[in-house]
Amino acid sequence: MDLNYSALLPEIILSLTGIVIMLVIPFVSRERQANLAYLALAGIILAFLALLLDWNQTGLAFFEMVFQDPFAQFCKGLFLFAAAAIVLIAMNYLSQESRAEGEFYSLLLFATVGMSLMAASADLIVTFLGLEVLSISTYVLAGFKESERRSNESAIKYFLLGAFSTGFLLYGIAFVYGATGSTQYLAIAQAIQTSESEPLILLLGLGLMLVGFGFKVALAPFHVWAPDVYEGAPLPVTAHLAVGSKAAAVVALARILLQVFPELNPEWKVLLWVSAVLTMMIGNIAALTQTNVKRMLAYSSIAHAGYLMLGLAAHSELGTQGILYYLTAYTFMTLGAFTVVQIVGRHNEQHVQIEDFSGIGYRYPFLSVTLSVFLLSLAGIPATAGFMGKFFLFAAAVESEMYGLVFLAILASAAGIYYYLRVIVLMYMGDFHGDEVLLTIPLSLRIVITIMVLGTLYLGILPETFLQLASKAVSF
Amino acid sequence: MDGIEPQLTILLLIPAIGSMVIALLPDSRNRTLKGVALLITVIAFGYSLLLVEQFQPQLDTMQFVQNASWFDVGNLHVHYHLGIDGISLFLVILTTFLMPLAILASWTVKEKIRSYLFFMLLLEVGMIGVFISLDLVLFYAFWEVMLIPMYFLIGVWGGERRIYAAVKFFLYTMAASLLMLGAIIALYFFNNAQDFDLVQITNRLSSGEMVLSPQAELLLFLAFFIAFAVKVPIFPFHTWLPDAHVEAPTAGSVILAGVLLKMGTYGLLRFCLPLFPNASVQLAPLICGLALVGILYGALVAMVQTDVKKLVAYSSVSHLGFVVLGIFSFNLQSLEGATFQMLSHGLSTGALFLLVGMIYDRRHSHLIQDFGGLAHVMPRYAAFFMVFLLSSIGLPGLNGFVGEFLILQGAFLANAGYAVLAAFGIILSAIYMLWMYQRVFLGTMNHEANRTLGDLSLREGVILVPLVILALWMGLYPSTFLRPMDASIQKVVDRIEQVQPATVYRVEYRGP
Repeated sequence: MDLNYSALLPEIILSLTGIVIMLVIPFVSRERQANLAYLALAGIILAFLALLLDWNQTGLAFFEMVFQDPFAQFCKGLFLFAAAAIVLIAMNYLSQESRAEGEFYSLLLFATVGMSLMAASADLIVTFLGLEVLSISTYVLAGFKESERRSNESAIKYFLLGAFSTGFLLYGIAFVYGATGSTQYLAIAQAIQTSESEPLILLLGLGLMLVGFGFKVALAPFHVWAPDVYEGAPLPVTAHLAVGSKAAAVVALARILLQVFPELNPEWKVLLWVSAVLTMMIGNIAALTQTNVKRMLAYSSIAHAGYLMLGLAAHSELGTQGILYYLTAYTFMTLGAFTVVQIVGRHNEQHVQIEDFSGIGYRYPFLSVTLSVFLLSLAGIPATAGFMGKFFLFAAAVESEMYGLVFLAILASAAGIYYYLRVIVLMYMGDFHGDEVLLTIPLSLRIVITIMVLGTLYLGILPETFLQLASKAVSF
Repeated sequence: MDGIEPQLTILLLIPAIGSMVIALLPDSRNRTLKGVALLITVIAFGYSLLLVEQFQPQLDTMQFVQNASWFDVGNLHVHYHLGIDGISLFLVILTTFLMPLAILASWTVKEKIRSYLFFMLLLEVGMIGVFISLDLVLFYAFWEVMLIPMYFLIGVWGGERRIYAAVKFFLYTMAASLLMLGAIIALYFFNNAQDFDLVQITNRLSSGEMVLSPQAELLLFLAFFIAFAVKVPIFPFHTWLPDAHVEAPTAGSVILAGVLLKMGTYGLLRFCLPLFPNASVQLAPLICGLALVGILYGALVAMVQTDVKKLVAYSSVSHLGFVVLGIFSFNLQSLEGATFQMLSHGLSTGALFLLVGMIYDRRHSHLIQDFGGLAHVMPRYAAFFMVFLLSSIGLPGLNGFVGEFLILQGAFLANAGYAVLAAFGIILSAIYMLWMYQRVFLGTMNHEANRTLGDLSLREGVILVPLVILALWMGLYPSTFLRPMDASIQKVVDRIEQVQPATVYRVEYRGP
């Protein structure tokens, strides 16, 4: 029994920063609240340093409530990175909307705390708490533009369905507790291993938990909320939903399935198989017909969750490695794409239709070249992160002899190429008919985009470094 | 077996660094940029000739091998493995040879020249990479990466329906290649996750150390085959080709016809045959049938075209049918003929597209009806056109003859019926080509606009003369090209004969 603060130091720092921001808001004038973003960034950087101190330590912390292991550390690093990028995007977004409000940053930091807890959790209750911290912050963030109907719609939809799904998850946790007498990961795994038969109640619990996570990851058939919520939410929040929130749910699910329920693999494998196929198909096919880029990226992110399930269903070291690698790749390319959309979208996100990208290719070379890289990466073209990620996931599925699944994934990604390509076609081959308002690219976003492009290419050409990190991380 | 010979990497780096130079060059005058690009491609060509000089024709193994780990984690071992043998050597040379000519032919491109040249050089990296990679993943990466520059070249600098053509080209090839990716991964795990190394896997398969079940072999073969068949293109996967060719800018068509289509047939020869000999033999009748349909169908469709560029495009379908027929006839003559025909088709069809581009620059049309009697005003142009037209038909003494003759000879040994049918393709090619020549160059001048056309400029002459020299060389002394292929082709033949003993009398062939 040991508290072992160092394992949770990043979360503690983030929470404190969030609270400090909340506390100082009343004393800072509206105009100067934009500066609170720097405070948030400082907190994230400090948390990252704390994470580095803890790197490669293993064990249990906080009364065996959280794991201290490379898996958690890898995920936390990723979440912190994403959070920092989203803070920068949000800074620009809020000043553009003339809404410099510090609450945004503290909510984002709390959400990140929730995500980190989900990745590190060693107890179903902590998982649940992490999920709630993440969700509640995100509900508020989604409705951040309270005067905007779409934003309100987004928040209400997300809240209602989210609350519903949390119910499923909790119900599932209760069943699992009933079946095994514990909420601790290791204890549950132990109990399942020693019991001779698998009681129905346990299967029911697992099923309900899968439904709960399915909502958060936006897996078909529980994906219906995603496009509306993504479209209506303010852009930085959409990016956070598509990247951070989804990644957190995926890694929490991965840990639960691989660490708690490996014995039930035949059961959940079938469910994931079906869900992966549906998710990839629905995501890619629905994205084909979208005219709004945000909504298109929403469907595309549904499809990507489907690819991730390939790695999970494979239930192998390579599969988990593939998931972590893909999540990293996905973070780079999706955040990059959203940043470009944010710049092109301008005030009030008025220009996020696909037509608004028409002909910008040679007018804004920086934006178009980078967006092309992100889209090609999302489409899975070699020399980009997306290809490597898909390669690892497909390889894992083939290794586990799920040939049918890989075949369907290939078909789905072939369909997916079309809509990514469509944006590139319009950018470079369409006619420019926008107004002559110049797009301005603030320095901070230029930096974000540059980092994301370099990351996308680096992961695509020299995958070794991150692959090594990911392979260390999969040893639970 | 770690190879550390850096030549091939250098060959890849020349255009790769070149494309960066183009992208970052401060001087943005069009002439400077074009000059630099030309210089880079000429250097690459010169460097590739050094490889020919050092190449040892008697060896049947890979040469200039460079093998290093690309990424090697857990269960995945992917290598950066380069090497060339008699089959790929000349395809690399063909690529580096056509590039400077394509750049010269792009002198008339005015818009967005910097990105145009950037994509051209990137394309060269991709094409060379495809021919020299020996690791399946590396091969796949180059294979796909190369689509992007081609896609932009067609889509931005192409003709009227360029976007449709570019998207169709991209989707067709990409969708088909994804299946190959699946097959590559599957092959890796059938190989006990040892490596993606083409040479190693072939050795293990032929020594019996690694065994594929017949079903697995058939499915893997099909996945590879479809990816290559779309690229070749083999009937009925050819529909993207006329669109892409017609809409592409001249240099794009030249590269498309000259090199990109060869990647498909190269893939069949390099991957399908050695890796899956049983399935190849089993499906050979079907594939030869498709090839014959392609030969005859391509020729017949070419005959009714009203557009010269489209005519040349359909003639490619027909000519590549010969190559596929040669590959799936599985004997030394047919395979050498097929490889020779790849080079020869690249040369003559590339030249024909260049010529069509030259007249397009003057008249902005490639419809047959817009011309007539051109020989009166452009005698030199007409003469050059005749040379390449005859080489495309397969006139003895020019390059086209050797390849087609060898293929027909080999096909005859495998199945006389195939050869007889294929021979009709040659007759038809004479018909459509000469008929087109008659309508465009002979007769009276019906269009006033054609009276003022100028004959070839010096630049255009510089493009065409090397092509003529090479056409004559390949036609008169093919041994220069055939002998270095012998050992490597024999190896493929031996591999096939492991599963299907030679049923025909083997003729010792010693050049015409």
